[in-house]
Amino acid sequence: MGVKKVGYEPTWIDKLYIPAILKGMAITFSHLFKKRYTVQYPEEKWIPPAGHRGAIRLNRDEKGRVKCVGCEMCSTACPAKCITVVPGVAPWDDREKYPVRFEIDMLRCILCGMCEEACPEDAIELTVIYDFAGYSREDLIWDKERLLKNFDITVDGKYFERSKEETGL
Amino acid sequence: MAEAGYAFIDIAVLLVKIALVLGVNLLLLALMTLAERRVAGFMQDRYGPNRVGPEGLFQPIADGVKFLFKEDVIPSHVEKVLYILAPSLVLAPALLTFAVIPFGGTLSAFGREIQLQIANLNVGLLYIFALASLTVYGLVLGGWASNSKYPLLGGLRSSAQMISYEISMGLSVIGVLMIAGSLRLNDVVAQQNTLLFGVLPNWNVFLQPLGFLIFLIAAFAETNRLPFDLPEAEPELVGGYHTEYSSMKFAMFFMGEYVALITSSALITTLYFGGWDFPYVDESALGVWGVVLSVLAFSVKTGFFLFLYLWVRWTLPRFRFDQLMNLGWKVMLPLALLNVVLTGIVMYWVV
Repeated sequence: MGVKKVGYEPTWIDKLYIPAILKGMAITFSHLFKKRYTVQYPEEKWIPPAGHRGAIRLNRDEKGRVKCVGCEMCSTACPAKCITVVPGVAPWDDREKYPVRFEIDMLRCILCGMCEEACPEDAIELTVIYDFAGYSREDLIWDKERLLKNFDITVDGKYFERSKEETGL
Repeated sequence: MAEAGYAFIDIAVLLVKIALVLGVNLLLLALMTLAERRVAGFMQDRYGPNRVGPEGLFQPIADGVKFLFKEDVIPSHVEKVLYILAPSLVLAPALLTFAVIPFGGTLSAFGREIQLQIANLNVGLLYIFALASLTVYGLVLGGWASNSKYPLLGGLRSSAQMISYEISMGLSVIGVLMIAGSLRLNDVVAQQNTLLFGVLPNWNVFLQPLGFLIFLIAAFAETNRLPFDLPEAEPELVGGYHTEYSSMKFAMFFMGEYVALITSSALITTLYFGGWDFPYVDESALGVWGVVLSVLAFSVKTGFFLFLYLWVRWTLPRFRFDQLMNLGWKVMLPLALLNVVLTGIVMYWVV
């Protein structure tokens, strides 16, 4: 069998290296004026695509009350065991129970969205918020108020237009 | 200055010149650390540090403060005296080199002709080479005194590299010296201050293109810049000779590197690009404005070479050590010798 030599023998111009170096330098120089891909974070924010699984919110119903009926399906479904629901007798007559306490430990939450899938009332949902952080562990154990506030700042889809003071994040 | 003793004003002028050169050098050094990172950012489609001050201009101050206040760790296994001495051995020669580089024309003031140059040495070029070679002591001693494997390897590499490239560097300059007929940098600049065939500026880059190329490459190797930064090759040697250093001592190694960068840019300008010569203009006829123009021309040319250093750094990958040695001894050295011979032949027929 004959052997076919494949490959590239450098010519004497290639062996000078200088033209190749100049070519490379032309490329790097052209990049000085190209579009920069950096997102300058606090001023500019990256907008996540639809279906992004960010921080969790508790939805309100049309009367502004918490939509949750305290069935504990979410905390049962949660693989990280980060949801604590303490149900109690509802003060309203359209349901039997409501959550007296509803806490999510965001330090343990893995943002998998299982709670959202488990919820029969569509009361718990994941939002676009990705830039939440706290100064202490307690800061990141979110209670009912905190979760309802997440609903208030994201329900109109204008979360990224709000100021830092407004969102508190 | 021919009379016995210096007049007060002469000393004052000299001190002002020294302060000016030192100040500008240190300021430029600070700016270079910023420019390096900004240009790196731009070339990689990023911004680079742009938060401290307008466009990140105060970043060097923040860095300096950080370096000064960091804990200065001296490991227990080091050779203390040499360990402490090494960073200054890198910085001092680099700063001293600038003394003989003329950065502008001759200014007439106070009834005197003031050379814009700290010392008009008649062995200017030799002085520069002597001091540039001293830098290697700082690196080797730093590597040796650290008493640990990576710094030692870095130090050894730097000595091998610098010695190899110094030879081609020295030989490539001989062409320039043959044309100028003097080691005094002022004479080298003055010789370039004319026109070649009445069209081109009589810069040595046109008379000595090969010599210029060799000198440029050797200058990159001498200043330990990419593609020749083997002494500090991060992926292989952690940090090279400065691995064990911290705080201001670490910063001094870097200051030394950047000052060497500035000096070599100024030297390339002086030797091959006409120094402070603004082409097609007779600076001496313009009085003070001619001097301003000459300083400006010198700054712009030096600035271009500083940018070139950054530009090349973010274009070329690092050499392998055997490639480096091959290039130095088997390519650069013969070419430098050829350049000397060619210059000699041409000068024999032309002059």
